[in-house]
Amino acid sequence: MPTIEMATPAALPADWRDFLALTKPRVMYLVVFTGLCGLLAAPQLPPFVLGFTAILCIALGAGACGALNQWYEADIDAKMRRTAKRPLPAGRMDRQSALHFGVGLGFFSVILMGLANNWLAAVLLAVSILFYVLVYTVWLKPRTAQNIVIGGAAGAFPPLIGWVAATGRIELLPVLLFAIIFLWTPPHFWALSLFVRSDYAAAGIPMLPVVAGIENTRRQIFLYTLPMVAAAIAPWPLGLAGAAYGVAATVLGFVFLVLAGRVLANRAAEPRDMAPEKHLFAYSVFYLFALFAALVADRWIA
Amino acid sequence: MPLQEDEIIRKRQRERARVLALLLGAFVVLLFFITIAKASLNW
Repeated sequence: MPTIEMATPAALPADWRDFLALTKPRVMYLVVFTGLCGLLAAPQLPPFVLGFTAILCIALGAGACGALNQWYEADIDAKMRRTAKRPLPAGRMDRQSALHFGVGLGFFSVILMGLANNWLAAVLLAVSILFYVLVYTVWLKPRTAQNIVIGGAAGAFPPLIGWVAATGRIELLPVLLFAIIFLWTPPHFWALSLFVRSDYAAAGIPMLPVVAGIENTRRQIFLYTLPMVAAAIAPWPLGLAGAAYGVAATVLGFVFLVLAGRVLANRAAEPRDMAPEKHLFAYSVFYLFALFAALVADRWIA
Repeated sequence: MPLQEDEIIRKRQRERARVLALLLGAFVVLLFFITIAKASLNW
């Protein structure tokens, strides 16, 4: 692990708000939303309280990932402007508290999921937490520019977990939903990493723009967008979703492709001139929301 | 230990105890409704 360059560790007990901040609540909403859509798209719905518990467990599992990620990366966070004010690098909490909180929250979410819903969903939740912490955070992120590509699998689990929590089975549609988020993650994160690459470079994280250059990253964004759009439309021709979803997925995917094309055509090297990258990043979040909302609406109409 | 720091520690401990009590209370209520839901599924 790299040398720690943080503020002096806290002598005071940490504020409860800092424990909440460890869970990264602002990035959790997409995880919760996709998990909820996976559950709502399932052919049979569980009783409300069990569905609520499944989504709560997905949120708590995501919170555990956030806490363990911040525990492991506290020294890296201290070097990046975007993350330097988090509880650990700012010295408002000691590292061991973050570790205990993250591990405790992870165990709690998995056991509650197993008891309230089913143990297949609990195993998937445990795998997603371990994948995010061990495979992505500890192994891939500091070592390879492909960190986001493989690590993206961790963020792709929620709709699959939501579906399995409702049905107890793994089927083709939730696997496709997994594939959509898996293929969506590289264009989404690479668009961001293009205009904050100096932060990643300063922290020594080998994100694609830092290692392979800006032009190569723009090309990769466009190349990953093609299979992502294909995977998003696939439920329609496969008969797993209706025309309403198919039309929505096609239109949303077309706009994504146009924005990725504008990123490909951009030649700017300075973040202030990277409007296409910023537009693509913002649109990618909207895209995932709209796509999953369209799927649920389509399944409920049918 | 300076008085001011002692007060901050006690204030944070009080707040954390309150939040924990609320969360535990919510968990008990959730467990109750989960039990009802699971029982009704098995009827």
